[in-house]
Amino acid sequence: MSGADIRLDGLQFAYPGGEPFHFSTSFDAGSFTGLIGPSGSGKTTLINLIAGFEEPASGKLYFDGVDAAGTEPAERPVTMVFQDNNLFAHLDVFTNIALGVSASLDLSGDDRTEIAGAMEKTGLSGYGHRLPRELSGGQRQRVAIARALVRDRPVLLLDEPFAALGPALRRDMLRLVSTIHKEREMTVILVSHDPADVKFAATHAAFLDAGRVMANRPVDAFFSASDIPGLQGYLGT
Amino acid sequence: MQTSAATGTKPAVLSGLTAMVCIGLAVVTPMLALIAIAPAMPDLSADYLGFVWSITRFTVLQAGLSTLLSVMAAVPLARALARQASFPGRQAILRLLALPLALPALVVVLGIVEVWGRQGWVSTVLQHTGLAGPLNIYGLTGILIAHVFFNMALAARLLVAALEQIPPENWRLAAQLSFASRHVFQHIEWPVIRSALPGIASLVFMLCIASFAVVLVLGGGPRATTLEVAIYQSLRFDFDPPRAVLLAALQLGLCAGLFALGGRMATDIAVMASVGKPARRPDQATARLTDTLVIAAGLSFMALPMLAIVLSGVTAPFDAIVSQTVFWRALVTSLLLALTAASLCLVMAWSLLAAQRTIMRRRTPSRAAALLMSSMQAAGSLILVVPPVVIGAGWFVVLHRTGLVNSAAPVIVAVVNALMALPFALRILRPAVVGQAQIHDRLCASLGLSGVQRWRLVDLPVLARSLTLAFAFAAALSIGDLGAAALFGSADFVTLPLLLLQKMGSYRSLEAAGIALLLAGFCLGLIWLAEKLRPEATAQ
Amino acid sequence: MLRFFTMLSAVVLALASPALAKDKLTIYTYDSFVSDWGPGPKIKADFEAICDCELEWVAVADAVATLNRIKLEGAGSPADILLGIDTSLTTEAAETGLFEEHDTDTKNLRLPVEWTDKTFVPYDYGHFAVIYDSEKVKTPPASLDELVNGDPGQKIVIQDPRTSSPGLGLLLWIKAVYGDKAGEAWAKLSKRVLTVTPGWSEAYGMFTKGEAPLVLSYTTSPAYHMVAENTDRYRAAAFAEGHYMQIEVAGILKSSRNKQLARKFLAFMTGPGFQNHIPTNNWMWPAGKTSEALPDAFDKLVKPSKSLLLPADEVNANRKTWIDEWLKATTR
Repeated sequence: MSGADIRLDGLQFAYPGGEPFHFSTSFDAGSFTGLIGPSGSGKTTLINLIAGFEEPASGKLYFDGVDAAGTEPAERPVTMVFQDNNLFAHLDVFTNIALGVSASLDLSGDDRTEIAGAMEKTGLSGYGHRLPRELSGGQRQRVAIARALVRDRPVLLLDEPFAALGPALRRDMLRLVSTIHKEREMTVILVSHDPADVKFAATHAAFLDAGRVMANRPVDAFFSASDIPGLQGYLGT
Repeated sequence: MQTSAATGTKPAVLSGLTAMVCIGLAVVTPMLALIAIAPAMPDLSADYLGFVWSITRFTVLQAGLSTLLSVMAAVPLARALARQASFPGRQAILRLLALPLALPALVVVLGIVEVWGRQGWVSTVLQHTGLAGPLNIYGLTGILIAHVFFNMALAARLLVAALEQIPPENWRLAAQLSFASRHVFQHIEWPVIRSALPGIASLVFMLCIASFAVVLVLGGGPRATTLEVAIYQSLRFDFDPPRAVLLAALQLGLCAGLFALGGRMATDIAVMASVGKPARRPDQATARLTDTLVIAAGLSFMALPMLAIVLSGVTAPFDAIVSQTVFWRALVTSLLLALTAASLCLVMAWSLLAAQRTIMRRRTPSRAAALLMSSMQAAGSLILVVPPVVIGAGWFVVLHRTGLVNSAAPVIVAVVNALMALPFALRILRPAVVGQAQIHDRLCASLGLSGVQRWRLVDLPVLARSLTLAFAFAAALSIGDLGAAALFGSADFVTLPLLLLQKMGSYRSLEAAGIALLLAGFCLGLIWLAEKLRPEATAQ
Repeated sequence: MLRFFTMLSAVVLALASPALAKDKLTIYTYDSFVSDWGPGPKIKADFEAICDCELEWVAVADAVATLNRIKLEGAGSPADILLGIDTSLTTEAAETGLFEEHDTDTKNLRLPVEWTDKTFVPYDYGHFAVIYDSEKVKTPPASLDELVNGDPGQKIVIQDPRTSSPGLGLLLWIKAVYGDKAGEAWAKLSKRVLTVTPGWSEAYGMFTKGEAPLVLSYTTSPAYHMVAENTDRYRAAAFAEGHYMQIEVAGILKSSRNKQLARKFLAFMTGPGFQNHIPTNNWMWPAGKTSEALPDAFDKLVKPSKSLLLPADEVNANRKTWIDEWLKATTR
């Protein structure tokens, strides 16, 4: 399945008592965008809106031109990997991945083959019966990515999933995501606080500040630009 | 660092040690006294032993059934409350669930009789509609209703707290993976409930084993008597200390055995209304109707007896009540007792916690330090294993031989009340003292902040809320206590619950209703004040 | 708030200040004796009018409990007199060594039995009976045996023999009628028992409130309803085996600091000043001369076909065993 394009048209949202966010931007089908910006600028809120975990107060969200209003998270063409708690602690690796296929765990032979394939791709072969607490932080996120693979949705949202990992491990994980992105031609959005990660893995970069998308451009154009308000200050260049 | 270790460490550990030894003495002395007179076991007739066997069986039976029913009712209620995060009045309902813990058992019993008694609301409705005859509340039925009232609320609160610990990502995953309600239960809720249940169930079981006022009033005679009540009766009805010893030994054995068997009890007693921002859940809308029904059922079960207390209380002849000297004496006695017990409880709790904090500060505690640490923790929850009536009975026997029962009564009751509140106070204070202070320890050390200055600038503001709450809770527990006071009550030593029991006994139900309302008002008022007065220093 | 504290401190001060100049006589008794409708308040007023003293009633749930309280407090008891135990407890009470001889003239007593006890002085007597609500019970039990073997759905409220003298009375009644078979009789009867209360007042209150159609009380109880409420709805069931008798007594404690006054009270107790209040306030038969005639209602009461009374020594020797038997039988 190839990627879907995503368009945000004046999407408004505010937490109770907080400043309102106002998002307008779009992500091309098959692009890999890194979202950067200061904390509180709305990065996580933006992808939560795309995933359907938050309801916008107004504005429109389109997947491939179709209005997503009123659709449940499970009905959207989206899979999300969180920073933490992606796994059910009492279920083993295989079952955690299998939940991506069927919530009631009714698995056909094909499903099992597919899960085995996803585990192989993410370097988890032989770990099927391990419990999450027996895995390293990097391995746990690999399980989450493997589940995203078996869900096979056009859009993959990543909310700083590698923030807790060391630099070398982080590169490995980004390479894995990059490979998957190329193979499946998914639309990938990665929230990150490290511009280097974005440069390393993404095709596009977007900058958020104070609840607005200030820029969203191809990586090369983005990092050489000097007309993006606030970016210089954020990057410290 | 050296100096702070030399000046700051020792006094804290010493005071903790002292508190531990005092608690040990307060509990162990009466035990030894009981053992000392145990050989003098006269006339234990076969009939009496048969009676003892029957009540031991009944004690376990009622506790087992109470636990089963409480937990079975608590699971759906907790699920419904956790799921319906935006249910109207949800916070108020959660607060209501925390009330029974602070309400005097005797007052609740009065409310329950008003609702479930032969002349009560439910019986009246049943008879008018011709559905069934009047209910008989005396015996096992009444005991179970009262125990479920107390413990369903406790268990439900603990379960809601456990369910709210589920990381929000789990709910997002559930939404994304289109979990149906049964999948949510199977993959998310049940694992959490299952791991919380053994602790909750053993706590409820212990509370029911040691329940006193409920069984005393609703038991309806020897048929439904528990060991706890039989201990009281052996001293107050038969005046037979050796029999009290036998019963106390049995009760102690039962509790200690269960404690050893059941292992850990619920480590976190939901005294505080510590409910976080509830998660948005994918299964909220579909389950709305059933959840509403479950919550309504639970709410009416909890609220009706409380309403009955208020309704019959407000029409009580207060002018007649306040014109009695004995009322004022009971009031003053109860207030002084509560003040003493709560202060004592806080001093003990603080000493234990400060010592533990100091020991924990060392990166690699020696084996002795680790042992000391676990003994201190054990001292704090000793009262859960050794029931208050057993401690009271032991002191009664000790003091009776020296002829000091009457003069020492208030002191013993205050100490026993303080011990009863200690596990709760520790649970309120521990996270604040140990957790928060751990964060500040290094900062304070690097700033050279220690001693009084640190207490004033850091500990007090951070702990003020927990300290007032712990104090209020201990005071409420002491004001409402019947078990310890009943053993020592006399013409010169009357507390409000004892007066209430007397009024109920002499069939002055109107005055009883007034005193019950006052008692409930005191206890809830204390908790309410503590929550109002707190400075918002903890919010960060 | 300030006013509350002023009031509070006034109360505390009043409590702490030493007793007023007058002598104070402290009497322990069961609670119904001193309730508003009981004889206590009137006797207090009458006695205080002639003694230049203050009489303080201290109410304990029921008669047996008053003795337990005295035993518990021992020589330190603030009580001068214990009033309200009956002949089933007199031997046991005397054996505690806490009471002294009464030295009161008992010649004028009018009891169905001869009085020889040197420690205790009787003040009234009566017979235990099962009282029934005639609106709910059409055919009351005609014997103890019918009560024991009757419909378990028809409930009775009884009192605990460990704290209450009617409770102990029933225990002895059943013992007197059934002897060695008392345990079995209790096992059957306990199916009819709604609840066992610590005292008489609580049981009788439950009965009049309609919680149960039967209650253990006295043959004289219906007189109260006839005189005070003008109804014969509540009646005593006459039992073929006879009724167990109770003689209620008072005694002076050795530890009393007002023995002179205490003796004065006992002498007063046997005279009309006290006895006049017994029939229509304690609803028992007076043990001494009254100066007023008994109400007509007393003529309509059930007259026991036979008075049952076990010897005090036998009761004393076996009370514990029989209570154990009761405990066992009712928990089975």
